[in-house]
Amino acid sequence: MSDLNQEMAERYKNNFLKEIEEQAEMGEWVKMCMQCGLCSGSCPTNFHSGWDHPPQEIFMLIRAGKREEVLNSEGMYMCTSCYNCYVRCPRKVPVTHVMHGIAEYAYRIGRAPKAQPTLHLSKTFWSNATKYGRVNEVQLTQSLYFKDGLGAGIKKGLEMKDVALGLVKAGRLNPMEALGMGHKCKDIKGIHAMLAKAEELEARNKAAKGKE
Amino acid sequence: MARKEYAFYPGCSSQKGASASNYLVSVESMCKTLDIRMTEIPDWNCCGASISYAEAGELPRHVMNARNFALAETNLPGQDIVATCAACWLGARESKERLEHSDRLMADTQTALKEAGLAIKVIPEVRHMVEVLIEDLGYDELKKPVKKPLQGMKFAGYVGCQTNRPFGIAGESFENPMYLDKLIETVGGEAVKYDQKVTCCGGALAFSEPDKAQGQIKDIIEAAYDGGAEMIVTPCPLCQANVEVYQGQINKRYGTKFDIPVLYYSQLMTLAYGGSAKEAGLNGNVVQARKLEEFAGK
Repeated sequence: MSDLNQEMAERYKNNFLKEIEEQAEMGEWVKMCMQCGLCSGSCPTNFHSGWDHPPQEIFMLIRAGKREEVLNSEGMYMCTSCYNCYVRCPRKVPVTHVMHGIAEYAYRIGRAPKAQPTLHLSKTFWSNATKYGRVNEVQLTQSLYFKDGLGAGIKKGLEMKDVALGLVKAGRLNPMEALGMGHKCKDIKGIHAMLAKAEELEARNKAAKGKE
Repeated sequence: MARKEYAFYPGCSSQKGASASNYLVSVESMCKTLDIRMTEIPDWNCCGASISYAEAGELPRHVMNARNFALAETNLPGQDIVATCAACWLGARESKERLEHSDRLMADTQTALKEAGLAIKVIPEVRHMVEVLIEDLGYDELKKPVKKPLQGMKFAGYVGCQTNRPFGIAGESFENPMYLDKLIETVGGEAVKYDQKVTCCGGALAFSEPDKAQGQIKDIIEAAYDGGAEMIVTPCPLCQANVEVYQGQINKRYGTKFDIPVLYYSQLMTLAYGGSAKEAGLNGNVVQARKLEEFAGK
């Protein structure tokens, strides 16, 4: 158990619903779910393999206090952010955002599933985007291909060769970006200072919850 | 002075040499004809997109968008922010709503912005290019400059997700929005009926879980063909890229023979307004739109 995970489990004792309500962004919406299943039926990835728990199951598991099962679930990372569930929910639960919030919380306390490809993309995307203030598409793609090592990266690169060549030919992929030559913000220093402050404030706000 | 002026937020994909650079080219041509001046927000940054949810957290995500608000407000006072990318629009608009609804979030955001020497007074309106076309100009105004109607051409208007949900275009339904079909008809084309107009292309999962995303993309393209479409048209850079560039891989995987061009609405409009293939950014399409290239040359 990571330290933060242990701390949270102790702080909220057996009240996992309260833990999610206070710690996960939009978690306060979980109790509004009435188990109709429209979210799961509307989800484009629910019809593929790999779904352990679609949204309405996640919500019920939270209320049932199944802490490990929720935090370890792959379900949240199946989200494509299509917002079908969000607009269809009869209780107006912002399902997309609740799923993102639970995913972020599970990851923050070190309980998210290991080697989850979309979680990896999420991490990579944010660090890529915030490094220069704008996304470097080539470096983003490279870091995804090479996440399982050099050999796997080369194999993946070859598989994707035609896609990449098509984009280069169309002027939509600049190979020089691989060398960090891509688009950047001028005030990268300001952006980094601003984000450091935001992270500090966010950590402080979350730490303060559940202690009163 | 131009008829309309906006603070332009192109986003990471709509830069020179980036994956939606042809969207940028065609939007610039379209706006020139319509006398719309789009001034880039100086030094704008990434919106964080939806996919950053696990790493970014709440405040850092909103702060990234808030920086763009502050830059727009300071440098382009009184102008609405206009995004061409669906994800940029959604991310920025969501941040605007959340900051305006929470004094705590706003106060923390101002504290963080101060580190970059910035502050927000009033967050500008955040709008999608399509909203500007439909609401500020209207279909009649968009039709006036049409010199070469795209007569006899059949398009599947692929709206996808994030220009449609959760905010959408005012007055449209989430399940069957009509604005893209109307835009196609405005420039003289035929909008075919098909059943995957608002289906998700897989979004970022096209990178992380290609099996799942390509299954979805296959369904969309198949439906477009079944509806009789010759080409697909979309308002979203990620829809465009996902539906276009993986056709070769999908063909290998499923034994299909997909070869359908995927265009932006702004490319159709540029061509109908008499623009060249280059001005419409047709050279930026991976699946060549031969019919439109011939049409532009006539």
